Amino acid sequence: MKMITINKSEWADGLQKAAQAYRLFGPVKEKEFHSFKRLQDGVLPDLACLNTRLSPKHLIYPQSEVMFDYTLDESRADHHILKEAARDDSPQAVVGIRPCDAKAFVLVRMNFDTPEYQDPYWIRAYEATTLVGLGCAAPCSSCFCTTAGCGPYHEEGLDVLLADAGNHYLAKVLTEKGAKFVAAAGWKTAAEPQAADRTIAALKQASESKITSFVQTDNLRSTETTDLHNAAFWEEVSFSCINCGTCTFSCPTCWCFDIQDENRGKAGVRMKNWDSCMYPLFTLHGTGHNPRGTKLHRVRQRFMHKLKYFVDKYDRGIHCVGCGRCVRLCPVNIDIRRVCNMMNNFAASGAACAIE
Amino acid sequence: MLNPYLPYPVRIDDIAVETEDKNLKTFKFTFLDPGDEQKFAYKAGQFAELSVTGKGEIPIGIASSPTEKGFVMFTVNRVGLVSSHMHAMKPGDVMGIRGPMGNCYPWERMQGKNVVIIGGGFAFTTLRSSIVYMLHPDNRPKFKDIHVIYGARGPGMLLYRDELAEWERRDDIHMHITVDATTDPNWKYNVGFVPAITEKKAPPAGDDTYAIICGPPIMIKFTQPVLDRLGYSHDKIIMSLENRMKCGIGMCGRCNIGKEFVCKDGPVFTLEQLNKTPREY
Repeated sequence: MKMITINKSEWADGLQKAAQAYRLFGPVKEKEFHSFKRLQDGVLPDLACLNTRLSPKHLIYPQSEVMFDYTLDESRADHHILKEAARDDSPQAVVGIRPCDAKAFVLVRMNFDTPEYQDPYWIRAYEATTLVGLGCAAPCSSCFCTTAGCGPYHEEGLDVLLADAGNHYLAKVLTEKGAKFVAAAGWKTAAEPQAADRTIAALKQASESKITSFVQTDNLRSTETTDLHNAAFWEEVSFSCINCGTCTFSCPTCWCFDIQDENRGKAGVRMKNWDSCMYPLFTLHGTGHNPRGTKLHRVRQRFMHKLKYFVDKYDRGIHCVGCGRCVRLCPVNIDIRRVCNMMNNFAASGAACAIE
Repeated sequence: MLNPYLPYPVRIDDIAVETEDKNLKTFKFTFLDPGDEQKFAYKAGQFAELSVTGKGEIPIGIASSPTEKGFVMFTVNRVGLVSSHMHAMKPGDVMGIRGPMGNCYPWERMQGKNVVIIGGGFAFTTLRSSIVYMLHPDNRPKFKDIHVIYGARGPGMLLYRDELAEWERRDDIHMHITVDATTDPNWKYNVGFVPAITEKKAPPAGDDTYAIICGPPIMIKFTQPVLDRLGYSHDKIIMSLENRMKCGIGMCGRCNIGKEFVCKDGPVFTLEQLNKTPREY
């Protein structure tokens, strides 16, 4: 694994060079909030931002994405036949992504890249993307990544991990993609690996010690799905929910989508759009029957999916990276950390009853 | 990379009105590219997404049997945007089919066994596929007794009436057709709800007997206790589920019951499996 020193004075110049080979994206402040945007003409990613309000999942998985074009004009030979829409899968790099958001792509990949089926839209975009992450020196109070299978300097999913070491960045090149990006930027100064490792380890420890909120997940897998599903606490958990969908919208790991045809005159497109398990239409049958017809059903589905079904299906931990966005943005203060611990403790209380 | 969202283009070859209320029509499709028929190789119990360009897609069970070549067939109830539009389409029109999707009835496990098919209303489509498949001369020796209990609201609401009559005349399948009620003096089959007819006509339970149930929730709700009373074990009760779907390949996230996707891990489950999942269907 290569370790490189990037003097902050060569940062802007390197990005400018990289921009010739990559479409660059990074956190940019707009009015009050940061979001991941295309970095146009020398605009630098604002690495001072704590984290963006919305996750960067849209860079690989756009909120709305055209899959096919078609014509309904029957005078044309190919009328009513779907054709793949043109798209741009040229290399792109996300500079300043946080380790939690990068890890989220690893989790989402399990849904879109399966042995049986591959979603070509997600996979092509993912393959075209290089993730240049910045370790978090100042986690937010709502961050709980260290107990959500992630961490402020977590490397999984990143191609390059940057650590801010004062007047320079240490860049840990983690993948072939990462090496190509660093080469394109022209950053070449090798860092002394052991000293760099020690610096990063110290930064990591300092950052992790600032994280003060945690989730417990050790009992989730061994609890019966149906017992957890029938737990009495869902009533209380879902009581204040207004099914606004902010949690799923802002979540870097939420992947659910809808497919819609949109016509304009005789031309049209079939598109994928983000959808949300918070909405009643998500599961409404044509007959009017709705298997998740109440908000209790829907709130329960969200948490059960993230903290139980996913855990059971893949055995790769919870479907959450601890970024804390849903905690910060929920208008009625539903807190996934509390719900996760309730679910985990439910398991413990169930076992205690069984022994008695 | 194959694109699992891209339907095979098909042409409507034939449309038949199935029921007296005209709400069910059977569509026969041929593939525009004959090579696509091979790629669409399916088993009885699977489904496909029917794609109407400009309207959307609907998941529908495959009503034709893998033993029938040169076409695929679907029976569609008129319910929403896509199905209503399909009911207004004509032979010759071009649309699309994506699939086949999901698992099938457990044909390997049912080899050498008795099979009892219990169906109600318009959920008889993949059951028709199964019957035609089992009755094919290549396959009939693979199964012991075959019973079919099939009910609808009235005689005019039964699907595939010509075939039902044909199967009635055969001696290698036991047909128990029933209607909830009828004023037809010439009705020569059973009158009564499916659970009641099941209680009277279903063969005894045993290690050698599988029951496949497909029907409206109310029928399933009252048939299951009957099968329990008859002693059918839950691993011998096979059910096919429906849920709202979009992708059909386990990705879009809406059709799950617990960790299982109805579209990819189902739609066919044993009752034993369903007992372990949240019943969100």
